[in-house]
Amino acid sequence: MPDITRDEVAHLADLARIDLDDAELDHLAPQLSVILESVASISAVASDDIPPTSHALPLTNVFRDDVVVPCLTPEQALSGAPAVEQQRFAVPRILGDEQ
Amino acid sequence: MTDTLVAFDDVLASYDPALGLEVHVELNTNTKMFCGCPAVFGGEPNTQVCPTCLGLPGAMPVVNAKAIESAIRIGLALNCEIAEWCRFARKNYFYPDMPKNFQTSQYDEPICFEGFMDVDVDGEVFRVEIERAHMEEDTGKSLHVGGATGRIHGADYSLVDYNRAGIPLIEIVTKPILGAGEKAPAVARAYVSQLRDLIVALGVSEARMDQGNLRADVNLSLAPKGSGKLGTRTETKNVNSFRSVERAVRYEMQRHAAILDAGGSILQETRHWHEDTGVTTSGREKSDADDYRYFPEPDLVPVAPSREWVDELRGTLPENPLLKRARLQADWGYTDLEMRDVVASGVVGLIEETVAAGASPQSARKWWLSELGRRANDAGLDITDLQVTPVEVATVQALVDNGSLNDKLARQVFDGLLAGEGTPAEIVAARGLAVVSDEGALSAAVDAAIAANPDVADKIRDGKVAAAGALIGAVMKEMRGQADAGRVRELVLEKLS
Repeated sequence: MPDITRDEVAHLADLARIDLDDAELDHLAPQLSVILESVASISAVASDDIPPTSHALPLTNVFRDDVVVPCLTPEQALSGAPAVEQQRFAVPRILGDEQ
Repeated sequence: MTDTLVAFDDVLASYDPALGLEVHVELNTNTKMFCGCPAVFGGEPNTQVCPTCLGLPGAMPVVNAKAIESAIRIGLALNCEIAEWCRFARKNYFYPDMPKNFQTSQYDEPICFEGFMDVDVDGEVFRVEIERAHMEEDTGKSLHVGGATGRIHGADYSLVDYNRAGIPLIEIVTKPILGAGEKAPAVARAYVSQLRDLIVALGVSEARMDQGNLRADVNLSLAPKGSGKLGTRTETKNVNSFRSVERAVRYEMQRHAAILDAGGSILQETRHWHEDTGVTTSGREKSDADDYRYFPEPDLVPVAPSREWVDELRGTLPENPLLKRARLQADWGYTDLEMRDVVASGVVGLIEETVAAGASPQSARKWWLSELGRRANDAGLDITDLQVTPVEVATVQALVDNGSLNDKLARQVFDGLLAGEGTPAEIVAARGLAVVSDEGALSAAVDAAIAANPDVADKIRDGKVAAAGALIGAVMKEMRGQADAGRVRELVLEKLS
């Protein structure tokens, strides 16, 4: 597993909207490399006959009926919001673009 | 900035267009995709939310069975394979319209894949291959406050309502549509229009483009003519009417050609469609799929629809739209040309509902195609977005059939309907539109017209029946159009025989 580059960390930080300065990038890139290497050690024991696992339990088709249940009140829903206006969550100006 | 455009015919002389369409369909389930909050449109802000759709820590999603059923039915109607086993995936991105910081979607295991839809374009059948139809959830709605225009750029802050977050969406993606040439804009429109008809027939969505239940993204690229290659594409987002789908394809073809002709290259990016000016503008550069860091959703177990269930759902499918069209043409007695006009205008469903409400096929065609079609065009609207329903058209026609209205008065009733003045009966009453059936008043008006036009009256007495038109016109004018012209003619001829 190649080291994660400083540029890749900067790109990930940008995607996660975390503002990292040069010193932080220099500090974090090697740390992330160590983490990736540690995780990659799993591939040493995972041979071709072991399928990748995404779920711990062998369950499928866990569904719910299409029946309305009570919601939160707007007061409850907004109680943890840093700022509220017009019964909506107020969030900082968005620099990126709409998804 | 105004884009340079190349004339449409010149685009085709040098390039082959490749189209791709992504259509999002908002399902009409009672509840959201992963929680029991109501999925209805238009509630007060943040009244249809719970810990799951707000992405609060510890909240666990559970899949709505009805949404899976709708997804499978859409896939079957599009001749797709239905996955025997598939998973949801997290599409990670950081934007406040998704409070979880990811959208639950499907990545490389869509529930439906490898289908097709045969699309009728001016009487010619064009096969559109479907790559996939997958399940995901809608996002919240942002209101941008401050800034010069109130739009997203220059906004000071945003206010978010999560009522829509988590409403089930099915995203239907075509394979690249090649070989459409000059018909590319028409194929795009016909595909979206026919897909909407199918969704309506399945009853899985309100499918109103103006309300965002059905949203189209248009991918377009150009390649040098005959090269057999695919050029760099742009993705024009949220094109919200059939007419705009056609216009957006045309515009992007003309814009791409101008850039390529000048030796430039196309930037792979998202474009925004502007309904008012009919142009696209640059959005963001398209993220790579890698940037979304998709991974299987650990909180939702895989979906493995049994073949028995799939077969059962296959039995619930509506009639194939093209076969249905042939049947309707036969039932309605339309000529091929009439049927083609009706299909091209996107009014098949409207006529069907109008006929079901009691109007004759010819009268339904007349009103939707000529009268209401013209008005939609004048207003720059899709005909399905006009504020006139099939039942209202049938009601107006019934009033014509029983002699209460003539065609001219009926048009005024449509004026009233479009202006939101109430039901046809209310408009007739409020505007005083009923045909004058008072024989005394009609007879007096005819006598007056004869007295005022002795020369014409003499001609008619001499057997020149064609001259009656002048007297009928005079009477109709006197009655301000509110008379049955046929009855006036009878009276004129009776009195002068």
